[in-house]
Amino acid sequence: MNPILEIRGLSCRLGGREVLRHIDLTVEEGETVALLGRSGSGKTTLLKCVNATVPASAGEILFQGKPIGEWDRITMRRRMGYVIQEGGLFPHWTVAANVGLVPRLEGRPEAAVTARVDELLTSVGLAPAQFAGRFPRQLSGGQKQRVGIARALAGDPPLLLLDEPFAALDPITRFDLQQQFLDLRRNWKKTALFVTHDVREALLVASRIVLLRAGRVELAASPEEFRMAENEEARAFLASAGMGDL
Amino acid sequence: MTSEILTLTIEHIELVLVTLAIAASMGLPAAVMLARRARWRRLVVGFVNVAQTVPSLAMFGFLLPLPLVGGIGKRTAVTALTLYALLPIVRNTLVGLLGVDAGVRESAEAMGMTARQILWQVELPLATPSILTGLRLATVATIGTATIAAAIGGGGLGVFIFRGIAMYDKWTVLAGAVPAAAMAIAADEALGWVEKRSLRSRGMANGE
Repeated sequence: MNPILEIRGLSCRLGGREVLRHIDLTVEEGETVALLGRSGSGKTTLLKCVNATVPASAGEILFQGKPIGEWDRITMRRRMGYVIQEGGLFPHWTVAANVGLVPRLEGRPEAAVTARVDELLTSVGLAPAQFAGRFPRQLSGGQKQRVGIARALAGDPPLLLLDEPFAALDPITRFDLQQQFLDLRRNWKKTALFVTHDVREALLVASRIVLLRAGRVELAASPEEFRMAENEEARAFLASAGMGDL
Repeated sequence: MTSEILTLTIEHIELVLVTLAIAASMGLPAAVMLARRARWRRLVVGFVNVAQTVPSLAMFGFLLPLPLVGGIGKRTAVTALTLYALLPIVRNTLVGLLGVDAGVRESAEAMGMTARQILWQVELPLATPSILTGLRLATVATIGTATIAAAIGGGGLGVFIFRGIAMYDKWTVLAGAVPAAAMAIAADEALGWVEKRSLRSRGMANGE
């Protein structure tokens, strides 16, 4: 057991509202933990507390055994790949420049950056010769997300943070990308914290599902356990996906 | 007459360029700072808005008795013109900076860019088309307003206009008005072209 992330008694207050209440969560190396919950359940805030873009009001978070307050923020964030809905790509940069962001910030030589970009584009299923020079607006939604994932992987971070990365995609593209994500996980052996409100997605990509409700952990279970769970919120999610009656 | 048109045109251009240089070097950094401070933003934009509503002749009147920035001559003219030019520059720079997609800023921060890198590599490049719009509006407005500078000895093409009015001579008025108008149209076209190019080079418009 080698925890990459330990969250202890984490609470977060935003605009006078208690968004997270006493969260305890340990993520082991190699796990993909899905943070599942309704809108407003606090799952995105939890992700933002991890990379210190939102301050916690109580509790502590350890990344690679070190409290996040002791990390240099910039260094720490570069070790946490980040993917959001719609990719968050820089619209004024080409695909290659977007993907090469972190290696370039880290001062790697240009040739190494280019090689890395080509390798990553290929691994997310985009031919470098065809896509490297394009701008984000010349890409489809699915292609943008592929680029977003490649960018997040570029610095070879030990932890990936994904905030509903596939939520804005059509069902077929979403399925393609979920498969791609599974392939990448197998090949790159990354640990991931994956925020989603889609129970099917959570069951498909996660090795563990953490169900959040109103800022609390309602249930933490393997996908198999989750399907059988008696928990009311878990049943509600399963029913919403037509998997309610067992 | 022809050589005087030329001299006054050059003087006019000088007035405009000096004004824009000062307004831009004050307005751009101010807007960058204000983009992060909502309370100050309301105050300063409010002040700049009010400055804009003061009629230009009245503005000269207010400035004349002031030390350093006032008096008869170019300095007062430049001060007044700068106050007018600040509004479009500050407002459009703010629009550009605040208009940067939240997801883009969020991912820049989350990917480990420093605040300075986010400003120079993400926010300012994305705000550039809007900043250029502000500079274009300021330029065109300044070219027009600068004709009033002649009223307080600031020189420029306004000299012909005021002289023509005093002499009831429409040709003298036109000798000042036509070059000023032509200059404004040319500046508008040229800077509009630069704006379009900047959009295109940022992958934000068609045309590659």
